Amino acid sequence: MALEPLLPEQVLHDPTSDPIEEGEATEALSRGQLVWRRFRRNRAGMAGIAMLGFLFFLAFVGPHLTHWTYEDIDPNAFLKPPSLTHWFGTNQIGQDVFAQTMRGLQKSLVIGLLVGVLSTSIAAVVGATAGYFGGWVENVNLFTISLMLVLPDFLIIAIISPRLHDASWLWFVLLLAIFQWTLTALVIHSLTLSLKQREFISAARFMGVPSRTIIGRHLLPNMASFLIIDATITVGAAVLLETGLSYFGFGIQPPDVSLGTLIADGTASAITFPWLFLFAGGFLVITVLAVSVIGDALRDAIDPQSKTRSS
Amino acid sequence: MARYLFRRLATGILLVLLATTLAFLLASFTMHPRDNYLARNPPIPESSIDQKLDEINQNDKTPVLQRYATWAGGIVRGDFGVNVEGKSINEIMGRRVGVTLRLLFIGSIVGAVFGVLLGVWGALRQYGYSDRLITVFSFFMLATPVFFIAVLLKYGALQLNQFTGRQILYYTGETSVGITGSTWTLLVDRVQHLILPTLAIALGEMALYSRYQRSAMLDVLGSDYLRTAQAKGLTRRKTFYKHGLRTALIPMTIWFAFSFGTLIVGATFTEVIFSWPGMGAWFIDSVRKQDINVVAATTLFTAVLVLFSTFLADVFRAILDPRVRTG
Repeated sequence: MALEPLLPEQVLHDPTSDPIEEGEATEALSRGQLVWRRFRRNRAGMAGIAMLGFLFFLAFVGPHLTHWTYEDIDPNAFLKPPSLTHWFGTNQIGQDVFAQTMRGLQKSLVIGLLVGVLSTSIAAVVGATAGYFGGWVENVNLFTISLMLVLPDFLIIAIISPRLHDASWLWFVLLLAIFQWTLTALVIHSLTLSLKQREFISAARFMGVPSRTIIGRHLLPNMASFLIIDATITVGAAVLLETGLSYFGFGIQPPDVSLGTLIADGTASAITFPWLFLFAGGFLVITVLAVSVIGDALRDAIDPQSKTRSS
Repeated sequence: MARYLFRRLATGILLVLLATTLAFLLASFTMHPRDNYLARNPPIPESSIDQKLDEINQNDKTPVLQRYATWAGGIVRGDFGVNVEGKSINEIMGRRVGVTLRLLFIGSIVGAVFGVLLGVWGALRQYGYSDRLITVFSFFMLATPVFFIAVLLKYGALQLNQFTGRQILYYTGETSVGITGSTWTLLVDRVQHLILPTLAIALGEMALYSRYQRSAMLDVLGSDYLRTAQAKGLTRRKTFYKHGLRTALIPMTIWFAFSFGTLIVGATFTEVIFSWPGMGAWFIDSVRKQDINVVAATTLFTAVLVLFSTFLADVFRAILDPRVRTG
């Protein structure tokens, strides 16, 4: 192995040792309620949720607030600064920057969410099978992971991108998911190794429960907390990767827009017409910020002993 | 120890070869260098296109495996072939590698050193104003992609130059074209070009390291052995820096290895935006030109760098952690 997996103790948390906070024990709350209660106390986390909700609202309702669509061209307004008719101004060919930014935000948000879920699922399957079965399955999976760690995801997707020009954007989502799961899979692998030793797994095995069921019903639910946190973090990473690729024209293809293509289009004239890229960039930063704050708050809520608790 | 190192080296070489092969085959399937000639006016006869493509070993009429064999034969002899314009890749790479390595070297050192310092500072003043400020800064930086940071820096530099009426910071190229003068003038010119690209990749690194360093440092500060050291009469300062910081730096080595791939991608963005003639900008250009040989060469460079960074991380860890050295 060329690369070492993350330290398991950094993420592994023993569910049976979940500290029961005083006063809560007597009320017999479910785990979900407990987590929600702790989450609610985290002001930054709640602000993140509110922000993300607002962004979603804006991305899907925003386009209907103005009568311009992202493809419309206003022949009377080229490169006009923000005004009442064009809230975020217009670009070189008279397109409304607000409508375009909303459309881009929509794309980036949807892509981020899809990739977060997909890539964590792939990581769960690869990591859990490697840890559970051991032997050649483990070797093959771990070798694939170290091979993929050698090749940055950006590089591979850029190489495949010439084929994306005429393809649906869903293919792009799939690609992003396929190349983003590696680090997560390493962590899940080490989590599985230690969970495998537990009695309930052995009991299930001796009762003749098929491996697929053990992994799906017993192993993965026991790492649900890590999976949820990781999916959240991956959403942010996916948005960053997507916009980065789109920036170079390797991702979302025109006439469709994402926050990345908008920033790229604006960069050329960024110096004189800053509204072309500042709005798109601002929304991009806020989106990723909201997601990462939520991820942090989730970690604190689900796993009160985690190290970032101190932050 | 020697056997262990040898095994690591062998796995490393195998991984690099596999990664490069993968990149070559993948690029052969997705890219069509023929397109570069088809759109020409007047149209070029097919036979001469074939001849040109044969010369650069990128003719899609030749079976992929045969092209791969030709290419791999060259790689074994240390020859990366030619690009779509028929120029030697080795020669261009010789010029470009230095540019990228310098950017990465300075960027990662600036990022790591300042990141660690910020993290330690924050941990020692937990929940103080400066700590909160650093936390907010790093959250924002981690949420901002390198290309946006770079564009903002460029914008900021222009405002600064306009405000002062002098060209303080440059944002295109690595040096001014055709500059002459004393060594000092040349050096100042280089530094003026270097500041923005370095900041563009270092700011994100700084944010990342400061977060991890802060939490690692907080863990160490709460540990028993540090209290023991203080109880034995060591000064606060000495326990923190000699015993605390050293231990808290150990987990950083792992993050160094894992974040290096991201750093390389960040350098790619930076090179393109600040028009530095490095490997990353070359890669982007070659994907646009559908140049399979250059794609493979730049991928090989990246893979070697990533593996080297994991090796370096191990060395750092061995230096910091006596258990690793003797174990």
